[in-house]
Amino acid sequence: MSLWEYANPVRFIRLTDRVLPALSGAAVLCLVVGLVWGFFFTPDDYRQGSTVKIIYLHVPAALMAINAWLMMLVASLIWIVRRHHVSALAARAAAPVGATMTVIALATGAIWGQPMWGTWWAWDPRLTSFLILFLFYLGYMALWEAIENDDAAADLTSILCLVGSVFALLSRYAVNFWNQGLHQGASLSLDAEENVADVFWLPLLVCIAGFVLLFVALVFLRTQTEIRARRMRAILARERMA
Amino acid sequence: MRALLWRDLRLAVRAGGGFGLGLAFFLIVTVLVPFAVGPQTGRLASIAPGILWLGALLACLLSLDRIFALDFEDGSLDLLATAPLPLEGVVAVKALAHWFTTGLPLVAAAPALGVLLSLPGPGFFWLFLSLLIGTPALSVIGAFGAALTVGLKRGGLLMSLLVLPLYVPTLIFGAEAARRGAEGLAVETPLMLLGGISAGALALLPFASAAVLRVSLR
Repeated sequence: MSLWEYANPVRFIRLTDRVLPALSGAAVLCLVVGLVWGFFFTPDDYRQGSTVKIIYLHVPAALMAINAWLMMLVASLIWIVRRHHVSALAARAAAPVGATMTVIALATGAIWGQPMWGTWWAWDPRLTSFLILFLFYLGYMALWEAIENDDAAADLTSILCLVGSVFALLSRYAVNFWNQGLHQGASLSLDAEENVADVFWLPLLVCIAGFVLLFVALVFLRTQTEIRARRMRAILARERMA
Repeated sequence: MRALLWRDLRLAVRAGGGFGLGLAFFLIVTVLVPFAVGPQTGRLASIAPGILWLGALLACLLSLDRIFALDFEDGSLDLLATAPLPLEGVVAVKALAHWFTTGLPLVAAAPALGVLLSLPGPGFFWLFLSLLIGTPALSVIGAFGAALTVGLKRGGLLMSLLVLPLYVPTLIFGAEAARRGAEGLAVETPLMLLGGISAGALALLPFASAAVLRVSLR
């Protein structure tokens, strides 16, 4: 019994069918609890007032935007090394979810930035690197769409994902060099001296858990859909031959 | 390798206009800028390094699809892939040929166009130097993008979408070096980083491009 067994599409579908209801239920539960707790049962920040509450959408979305790309990177590596189709399809399935998370993070950031910084958008390093990340997502998805042969598409996009990761990282530090930021530093790290206060921290944790669960559930669902779509195409092709 | 380089250079110069096209595009972009932002010398001088870098980058992008597309269509890329020269070497040589025919003329033309945008005096040298260091990276990264989209219909637009985000670090450091040079600030750091990107891209990306080409040729 190893993880690689689920590289078999049938096993993968059987497993995800079993865990998906629980997973999506947990995601909904976490999100509802975390957001309601965060929006209605936490005090206002003494300087930011109630605008601080957008943190419960902004931070988890931003986290998942980066982690979705990381997951795609790992899945692409697995495809390149072990040639499991499920892995390639999972990377493909994660891309639109990650892109959406990036958009959520950027939009909530703009809504938060308007009252706090007095501007919807600033060419701050973090904002800029998220915008660049979004462009990488767009390119990745466009490449998947453009190539007709499935295996070639998986190969090319996984290599693009590897190269893109390197350049996304480079850009992240390049924009640091290029402009100073308005964005606050990290305040959720486990090892930092000064972090967000516990009243905000706990509901935020629940929200983050909710976004992670939501992401996993969506990726499972979309991967299933991809597998089934591919099967259907195979069946149709066979019927046309006969 | 040398034969391939000569062949690519001769093809670029003799067959069909691709050679001067990038330069003409660069010139036109530069001419259009004052129409868009106004002819005030001070304003032009402050944006000149960035505009010239951007123009060079776009001119480079314009000619990328020529790197592999023609060879892919007439089948010579298949022959090159089976040749004793490793495909990585083919990619590197083709990127080099692209740089000789596009990057180098752009670098040479940039100071002349700097006059049009009233680039400050000390900026000319640093603009020239930063483009000289940075354009090889543009060619090599572009060769990767061209390899990704070589077999596709409507590949050109997609290639821009793929390549432009990859150009971000090069553009940042290159334009920053040129801008600092023009303003008389210290330019070592961005120039070093730009050189690092060029060297790293030159060393690693041909492998990725060759892997991508093998997939496209299969």
